[in-house]
Amino acid sequence: MRAFSRLLDRLAFTPSRNGKLTLMRDYFRETPDPERGWALASLTGALGFDVAKPSVIRKAIESRMDAQLFALSYDYVGDLAETVALAWPKRADAGAVEPELSEVVDALQSALRHDVQGLLESWLDAFDADGRWALLKLLTGGLRVGVSARLAKQALAALRPVDVGEIEELWHGQHPPYEDLFAWLEGRSEKPSRAAPGRFRPVMLAQALDEVVDLEKYSAGDYAAEWKWDGIRVQAVSEQGVKRLFSRTGDDIGRAFPDVISSLAFEGVIDGELLVVRDGTVALFSDLQQRLNRKSPDAKTIAGFPAGIRAYDLLLDGDTDLRTLPFRERRARLEKFVAQARNPRLDLSPLVAFDNWTALAALRAAPPLGDAQRAEGLMLKRWDAIYEAGRPKGPWFKWKRDPRLVDAVLMYAQRGHGKRSSYYSDFTFGVWREDGNGERALTPVGKAYFGFTDEELKELDRFVRNNTTERFGPVRAVRANRDFGLVLEIAFEGLQRSARHKSGVAMRFPRINRIRWDKPSREADELATLERMLVEGRTE
Amino acid sequence: MAIAKELLRPSPAGLCCVPGDFIIDPVRPVARAVITHGHGDHARAGHGAVLATRETLAIMEARYGEGFAGAAQPVRYGETTSHNGVEVTLVPAGHVLGSAQIVLRWKGLTAVVSGDYKRRRDPTCAPFEPVPCDVFVSEATFGLPVFCHPDDAAEIAKLLKSVDQFPERAHLVGAYALGKAQRIICLLREAGYDRPIFVHGALVALNALYEAHGVALGPLAPATTEAREGFGGAIVLAPPDSLADRWSRRFPDPLPVFASGWMRVRARARQRHVELPLVISDHADWNELTRTFQELRPEEVWLTHGEEEALLRWASLNDISARALSLVDYGEEEGA
Repeated sequence: MRAFSRLLDRLAFTPSRNGKLTLMRDYFRETPDPERGWALASLTGALGFDVAKPSVIRKAIESRMDAQLFALSYDYVGDLAETVALAWPKRADAGAVEPELSEVVDALQSALRHDVQGLLESWLDAFDADGRWALLKLLTGGLRVGVSARLAKQALAALRPVDVGEIEELWHGQHPPYEDLFAWLEGRSEKPSRAAPGRFRPVMLAQALDEVVDLEKYSAGDYAAEWKWDGIRVQAVSEQGVKRLFSRTGDDIGRAFPDVISSLAFEGVIDGELLVVRDGTVALFSDLQQRLNRKSPDAKTIAGFPAGIRAYDLLLDGDTDLRTLPFRERRARLEKFVAQARNPRLDLSPLVAFDNWTALAALRAAPPLGDAQRAEGLMLKRWDAIYEAGRPKGPWFKWKRDPRLVDAVLMYAQRGHGKRSSYYSDFTFGVWREDGNGERALTPVGKAYFGFTDEELKELDRFVRNNTTERFGPVRAVRANRDFGLVLEIAFEGLQRSARHKSGVAMRFPRINRIRWDKPSREADELATLERMLVEGRTE
Repeated sequence: MAIAKELLRPSPAGLCCVPGDFIIDPVRPVARAVITHGHGDHARAGHGAVLATRETLAIMEARYGEGFAGAAQPVRYGETTSHNGVEVTLVPAGHVLGSAQIVLRWKGLTAVVSGDYKRRRDPTCAPFEPVPCDVFVSEATFGLPVFCHPDDAAEIAKLLKSVDQFPERAHLVGAYALGKAQRIICLLREAGYDRPIFVHGALVALNALYEAHGVALGPLAPATTEAREGFGGAIVLAPPDSLADRWSRRFPDPLPVFASGWMRVRARARQRHVELPLVISDHADWNELTRTFQELRPEEVWLTHGEEEALLRWASLNDISARALSLVDYGEEEGA
């Protein structure tokens, strides 16, 4: 298990996506079966142990170590699993052989609840500190090393290499330790069958519309338009009794939405948007988040935040694959399909009628009353386009609404990672509000770390270094008051109420739109401006 | 141990040998100083007379210039000098080149002031020599059970593997300029790395000093002259603070590495944005500290600076009498 624990350790400290891909790819390349398969399972979340509760770990360490010495250690490190991993005193007669990951998995899968304590202690004795840390992560569920299932699959795809879509498509017919998958990726055998029912179909994604170029280039008559709903893109599969709900990256999220799963009475595969819908009206994205945050929701949450699917497309109708048909035909079949399903949790994403681009632009700027006002913008789909996995250029465009803008003042800056580690590149900004003494004071409303060019980053970095008032580790406070400060024009997609933020609001996708070197800090926006945006329809 | 307290007493300037009339590792200028080793918080400039090993004096001269003290008295390891009836002998501490424990003998009592020390092998300095004593004055930098430094060869292997995996990135290794940097270089050479190692300007003088004392470092090159692209896959050694400094921008997509005992704790590594923490320390870890106390079994252990509380608890559990001197101004050394 040493290679696996080294991998987790490196992943945990490697911020860049490409760095993580290299680390995982090399691990898959260098590690034999079945070890790498179990590692893949744990990285993709397919190994869901949560056998070791903190109490079990605590009991183990208390039986080994003086309570006061442990308390001092824990106090210093601040994390239970890490403290135990570091301070675990091995028994003098502990075996020298470290078990492999597969042995650990085997033992856990057949272990009875009361065996866990003994297993845990024997393993803690056998591993070094890195191994103990990896073991405790594995046993408590959730590796939290900043790797999504999708990223692990991408590293896997790099082995051969193949497109990650190919892996996603056959993923749900494969099982740990995935020996067939590795054999195929190493060119030792045929591609595994993807015939298993209930599998994920790689999704088709849209390019962002470039208004200047694309509207000129393409003809309005060739495209259908529909609203881009503000939920999460999903694929609902109901095939030969197998019912699944996938995210657009192929993660199975069905467990969090039993209400949706049980309503899937059709035979087919729908591409749509998962939304919380109350009384036929789309709720806020923050309502959907209430559901997304829970692995398995209780009855109260399900009733309070009822989820449903707004259908965009039909990929499988009965046992007919529709993906090679043009959108026009798929759409006609989708309309019929949704009507026949008579499912209150499934409705149709309506098409938006328009005569020309100018008319559509007007609709985008001022959507009609109702759900459309909560849409993120528009989707354009070529009538004659097949359903093509990936993000092809031309058939589909997303045309988001213009972002909201606010002028804020730079308050804190933090050093970045990787290439940016010598730059102050993460910026916390604030707006004015009245403090307890009736004075105007800045209150932080968000953090942004992109939207600027390399050249602008250098200027921002220089500004931070020249105007630092205080340092807290990697963070610097920057001079910002009524008479001096740097104004940043912040663009963002939406605003939500937030109890976690002192200002009471949280932005979605904030980024630096412009640096307003010219604007006096006192002319930056007030918190009241943001609060008004909360009340007004669209960004709420 | 009343007599021990007559011999050694904490004072604002540092640990004072009262009858010998000198201060060990004074933190402010004094008339007579005995210095354990060359790190900045132990060896300061401006004392009247300094007694230390030849190597430590050379290090002080390299750092502070020729007039770093009024008078310097070099001694060899094992050489004994007498100061108002106190016999002073310096023996190796295994911390860095020239580092010494100060052995004091007076009226039948033996006290050892260890300075900073470690017990594991280090190709750049003489190994720690245990001296039976009545009072052992120890550091406590890593005096918590969580600090168990792993095998240094395995840590170096992590670095070499990363250079292999990320040949386009410059590996910027933060290492304390005195001792740690030279040890890392030697460990890399022992692991078979024979390419030039690039070094920050602040390391050049001490590298030369180590070489002059017989520590071979292999091919080194300044990290300043090469073209930008030339640093891809290179190993570059620099003082820890320069990792986050604008200095590091000359390297292509630098991968920050930090060699320090503090890297054992994840939060410490994350705070510094380190991507590859190497747990390599020139200080005794928890096991080395406690093993040393067990081995020497002195009448009393006195702890100078660091994490004393857990060691005091350990001592009481193991029937060793211990107390904390709580000396101040020996900062938590960045490169520990």
